[in-house]
Amino acid sequence: MSDYTPQELMVAVASREIQDGDLVFVGMRLPILAYAVARNAHAPNARGLFEVGLMRDQPAAGFLGTMGDPPNVAGALWATRMSNVMALMAQGHVDLGFIGGAEVDRFGNLNTSYVGDPAQPKVKLPGSGGGADIAILSRRWVALMRHERRRLVEKVSFVTSPGYGDGTPHWRKQNGLLGGGPEAIITTICVLRFPELGGEAYLASVHPGRTVEEVRAETGWDLKVADQVSETAAPSESELSAIRRFDPEGFWTG
Amino acid sequence: MADAVARFVPDGSTVAIGTSLEALIPFAAGHEMIRQGRRELELVGPISDALFDQLVGAGCVRQVTAAWVGNVSEGLGHCYRRACEAGIPRPLVVLDHTNFSISLALWAAAWNVPSLPTRTLLGSDILRTNPGLVAAGELVQVEAVRPDVAVVHVQRADAMGRAHAWGPLGVTEEAGLAAGRVIVSCEELVDPSVTLSDPNRILFPETKVVAVVHEPGGAHPSPVQGFFRRDHGFYRDYAEESRSVDGFQGWLNRWVTEVPDRAAYMSNVDSASLRITRHRPSEPADYGDE
Repeated sequence: MSDYTPQELMVAVASREIQDGDLVFVGMRLPILAYAVARNAHAPNARGLFEVGLMRDQPAAGFLGTMGDPPNVAGALWATRMSNVMALMAQGHVDLGFIGGAEVDRFGNLNTSYVGDPAQPKVKLPGSGGGADIAILSRRWVALMRHERRRLVEKVSFVTSPGYGDGTPHWRKQNGLLGGGPEAIITTICVLRFPELGGEAYLASVHPGRTVEEVRAETGWDLKVADQVSETAAPSESELSAIRRFDPEGFWTG
Repeated sequence: MADAVARFVPDGSTVAIGTSLEALIPFAAGHEMIRQGRRELELVGPISDALFDQLVGAGCVRQVTAAWVGNVSEGLGHCYRRACEAGIPRPLVVLDHTNFSISLALWAAAWNVPSLPTRTLLGSDILRTNPGLVAAGELVQVEAVRPDVAVVHVQRADAMGRAHAWGPLGVTEEAGLAAGRVIVSCEELVDPSVTLSDPNRILFPETKVVAVVHEPGGAHPSPVQGFFRRDHGFYRDYAEESRSVDGFQGWLNRWVTEVPDRAAYMSNVDSASLRITRHRPSEPADYGDE
């Protein structure tokens, strides 16, 4: 087995969340690579949707620093305005969305807006972008983030992108949220998942070389642990070679 | 560009700019606003890559209405952070949106209605910080956002204001329709016979467009389909240099305030390495009329 970076593992794990035939709201950064990996392996019929106003059925041929880069437009199935892409998501046609998070809490709520009081923030983060739209409207979604105690917190100071709210059963439905909510939080050291009906995150698998104790120590709440915690499967040779083909300089995964 | 900004972007204007998210960002127009010392601007956009950060850092901006402000490939916008967290160089009013809701706010203004309903934003605290987003049952009313002026960069336009852009359009069409007036900068200034050969591709009614500026490279470092790749290294350098106030000031002097215009700016960029050489023209559409 080759060596790989934590980011390469995250991309491989994220790619496995994509099912064949899915319409995937891809977003930015690592998910762009995850879509490319999935499309080249187990999900040849997955289409990618980009909020800038693009649909594709194959990964871009060149390196992407952003979803708006020229290689992502060449060979697109559809180049359009953003509101047309959002229309598909509002109709429930997006099967899976990816979101990056700065902070997440035990119920899968993401904060990418303000650390501290919004009126006098300790840290001003860039904001929602399309994150809140994906969290509310896509049928299921997955977040990717760096695992640090200050990022996985008991309660986020600001809910930019809602997960399962206060964790009470049917919170999303009661509040009118169309989509199904978060399915997994993929971090640099583990994968958290959620019960079928939503609610509180639990530790589902630890990445190779990591331990349950380490994950719990790096998590800002008393993290529940699955009865049988597995080890996250390391990236396969073919996953790694696809990742390195689409990120040859390691811009995202180095 | 200097004339267009002087005449059509006075202090206090509400300016929609960077409406295609990461591509076609009118950096040249933004830099001209900085050079002319614009103040009290209210910026409107979805994700305008590093341009909002630069205008904020230069002290031009009173208010930002946007879904995301930062540096797309590098992360945080350091000037934006300083303004929000410490009031440097001046405090900023932030009206948060999502990408979907900023589009709806512009469509509402374009259609001349006070608001449009949506199913996004439910359950988000963005509803708490932006009074222009109001939950009502299982819908959210998104209040209209009406820019005084929209500024766009496109591949080609004619002198009458007919602009052709291709690639993803983000919120460009609704921003132009919502705005009182539109400034267009373009890679190529073409004869009307070119634009009118493909009227479906014209972005805005020519009655909205008040200025057309021939400004090659006017979107650098953002990409322009068919013309320029994105200059990733330029964004990385900007992120590094703008970490401190002094570093940002040095960057601003070098690339904006001590540069007379875009032509001089482009002479400092290795544009040959960024220029797209592998062309993929589309098949022409037949507008035959018999």
